Amino acid sequence: MMAAGLEQYLTVAAILFTIGIFGILVNRKNVIVILMSVELMLLAVNINLVAFSAHLDDLMGQVFSMLVLTVAAAEAAIGLAILVSFYRNRKSIAIDDIDRLKG
Amino acid sequence: MNSVFLAIVFLPLIGAVVAGLLGTAVFKYAGSAPPQPAHDDDEEHGHHHEYDGPRWPMLLTTGLLIVSALLSWYAFFDVTGGHAYKVLVADWLTSGRLSVSWALRVDTLTAVMLVVVTTVSALVHVYSLGYMSHDPHQPRFFAYLSLFTFAMLMLVTSDNLLQMFFGWEGVGLASYLLIGFWYKRDSANAAAIKAFVVNRVGDFGFSLGIFATFAVFGSIGFDAIFAAAPEMAGKSFAFLGGQYDIMTVICLLLFMGAMGKSAQFLLHTWLPDAMEGPTPVSALIHAATMVTAGVFLVARMSPFYELAPLAQQVVVAIGAITAFFAATVGLVQRDIKRVIAYSTCSQLGYMFVAMGVGAYGVGIFHLFTHAFFKALLFLGAGSVIHAMSDEQDMFRMGGLFPYLKKTWAMMLIGTLALTGFPLTAGYFSKDAIIEAAFAAHSPLATAAFWMLVVAALFTSFYSWRLMFLTFHGKPRASRETMARVHDSPPVMLVPLYVLAAGALGAGYLFAGSFIGHDEAVFWGQAIYRGEHNEIIHHMHQVPAWVKYSPFVMMVTGFLVAALFYLAAPSLPEKLANALRPLYLFLYNKWYFDELYDRLFVRPAFWLGRLLWKGGDGRIIDGLGPDGVSARVVDVSALASRLQSGFVHHYAFAMLLGVAALVTYLMMGS
Amino acid sequence: MVAALFFWMFAAVMLVSALMVISLRNPVHAALFLILAFFNGAGLFLLAGAEFLAMLLVIVYVGAVMVLFLFVVMMLDIDYSEMRASMAAYMPTGLFVALVLLVELGMVFFSWVSSPQALKLRAAPAPNDLTNTEALGRILYTDNVFYFQLAGLVLLVAMVGAIVLSLHHRANVRRQDPGEQSARKREEAYELVDVKPGQGL
Repeated sequence: MMAAGLEQYLTVAAILFTIGIFGILVNRKNVIVILMSVELMLLAVNINLVAFSAHLDDLMGQVFSMLVLTVAAAEAAIGLAILVSFYRNRKSIAIDDIDRLKG
Repeated sequence: MNSVFLAIVFLPLIGAVVAGLLGTAVFKYAGSAPPQPAHDDDEEHGHHHEYDGPRWPMLLTTGLLIVSALLSWYAFFDVTGGHAYKVLVADWLTSGRLSVSWALRVDTLTAVMLVVVTTVSALVHVYSLGYMSHDPHQPRFFAYLSLFTFAMLMLVTSDNLLQMFFGWEGVGLASYLLIGFWYKRDSANAAAIKAFVVNRVGDFGFSLGIFATFAVFGSIGFDAIFAAAPEMAGKSFAFLGGQYDIMTVICLLLFMGAMGKSAQFLLHTWLPDAMEGPTPVSALIHAATMVTAGVFLVARMSPFYELAPLAQQVVVAIGAITAFFAATVGLVQRDIKRVIAYSTCSQLGYMFVAMGVGAYGVGIFHLFTHAFFKALLFLGAGSVIHAMSDEQDMFRMGGLFPYLKKTWAMMLIGTLALTGFPLTAGYFSKDAIIEAAFAAHSPLATAAFWMLVVAALFTSFYSWRLMFLTFHGKPRASRETMARVHDSPPVMLVPLYVLAAGALGAGYLFAGSFIGHDEAVFWGQAIYRGEHNEIIHHMHQVPAWVKYSPFVMMVTGFLVAALFYLAAPSLPEKLANALRPLYLFLYNKWYFDELYDRLFVRPAFWLGRLLWKGGDGRIIDGLGPDGVSARVVDVSALASRLQSGFVHHYAFAMLLGVAALVTYLMMGS
Repeated sequence: MVAALFFWMFAAVMLVSALMVISLRNPVHAALFLILAFFNGAGLFLLAGAEFLAMLLVIVYVGAVMVLFLFVVMMLDIDYSEMRASMAAYMPTGLFVALVLLVELGMVFFSWVSSPQALKLRAAPAPNDLTNTEALGRILYTDNVFYFQLAGLVLLVAMVGAIVLSLHHRANVRRQDPGEQSARKREEAYELVDVKPGQGL
């Protein structure tokens, strides 16, 4: 059923996840990149879920993946709305300017 | 008879408690602030305000004390007729081997002290009705006076060392309260603290003596320890590598307490400053009663002292030095009360010399007579001060004789008695001490004898100096002050008359019993004499020149004082300028206060400051509350740096956490 | 064999475009590369037999979410030429930690064994005779209807939240208020005036 073995799928997902993390950490440009890196990580998780679902022939993995998708969409919408509000107030979305929660 | 003794001892206490609790403002304003007086308190010029409080506390305490005094005289004649009593009041404490009870031990020694204490106290109470009549705090004063009297009575009627110590501390407390009676004055407060602290040093020795007594004898009741004392004579104990004689150590420790209470040399610094208290206080406490507690202690412990010759020698030495030292300082003082205070100090030295050579009866006799004429002198001085609108510097008095004839007469009698004019009380008692010192025949006693003789010369000089400066010569006070000079009202004069009668007659009437042929019967078991103690006998057999020497000294002192202060008033100043260093040395009390300040007070303050700022502040507070709070602030400052506000920092932290968790799970399991 | 080739192609392109996403300066370009990554992800899903999910990814994720991203990026009008493009100081540390995580994830894959009960513990075994979509539909609205409804609620809340956060009334823009329009009465709207010729109003 699967084009490659389970390990390959999982490896790809792992690398994608790491890239997403990396994107959050070393990002110096703007907040949009952070949001996109989060999407990457969610995609990696979805790949994982689907790979296992295919391997075990268990549909729950795909149901779960669908729910993850839903939440990811909701989160992206809210995140962007927050970003828009922030931009309206500060006129900038550079990372270094977003420190209002400084303790 | 038991109830008589109970009445004598406890009536003053009842007076003190009732007057103190109900007569003062203690309960009147409980919970709310007292009304502020319209004017500032100025007790120094007591003529301005009339006292408007209750009068019953003063009358109650005075009345109870007079009853107590009359009962004491009755008891005196009963006890000295040959009876001794022991009245058990209550059990006090029992702890292990120590069993102590409240009991009144009444023998001749006690009876003599009872009479002295209650008589002088009653007369001082009556005198204070007049002297303190303008003071706004009279109920408190009289309550304190009665409290003191009670404590002193407990002291002299005690049957064991702990009860005596209770009385000892009680009189110290009352002394503190009374010296600092005008507590709004800084100098009074300081003097009260000084008196208490110096007394404390002596009390430390006293306490050690009590502990040693208990350790050695297993008990502190007088009957038990006096009975067991002879066995301990000559025994010694080991301490820090040396062998020390037991009885000597105990006697020296107890004498340390006596030194503090009786203001002997080295622990004398509090007595002159104690003159900050009102004059009746000086008369009662610092002339007649509290300062004699030390003398009483040595007399009471005579069974011990007779077994410790070295301790007796120390007593003689200290007493003689004190007598000499205080007399030299009294030569140049300006304050009338201070002169009399140093005179007291000196006379106490006389008493201790008598104790030290084994003539306990002689010492107590001098205590008895001294109480009368010294209290007389103090109260007379009080009258003078009262008349002079609270002026105390003799060099601002003078020429008072025409206005204060009655006071002058009383002071004259007191001075005659003090200097030992023939047939006055002091003649019998003071000369007896000098004779006893000579009769002791030891090198130390002979040195003491000469010191006492010289001190007698000085005593005469400064006593007459006081009289001449105060009453004779040209008036040196301002016209307004002289215009207000008036003799005291009867309520203040009658006690003086009574004391004068005692000063004149007490010697003649009682010498035979105290120190004469009847003295063995008189004292009975109250005073113990060692086998070789025949000092009383030898005393009466001294050569004639010894018997006349005090008289010669008295006359010489009188003449020199007359020369200096009546005939040629410029002589003292010339002499003082010629011998300026000596004059300053004597005027500044041999610089003892400065010496003690350097030796004890400043190091104590330094140590206290070190422990406070360094120990308590830096170390304890630094490790405790302050340190903890500072560390909390530091750590939270560090922690707040984690909240940078940057999302990617937080993400990084999360990532670190995830990595750590995963690593842990992988490695751990 | 061919399937494996497709797998590696999809995987490679996805990873490369992911790298592009995080390193490009222009956010529009980054968003476009993200779209590419999603497309390839959908391809991977197809290869694994989850065709419904793959289409979902394309239609919903790419079609809605990424379009939203692009809308926002273009609306914010970021002047990207001025953006600071410096690499973070955390780069070595971040790189190290990410690599550690990657290695650990790898270790997991190559050291686990499947439990013998795994097959028995399946929650929803896939039926062989249905299409993926139909099979999903079978279980989604019956056994998992609770999750389904919850997902719907989440979306509702997200929608409300997004509107609340970003709705912005401009003061100087004229709006229509239909309610007010409908409530207008004839008397307020106009009045009849008899005009004499030649006079005007």
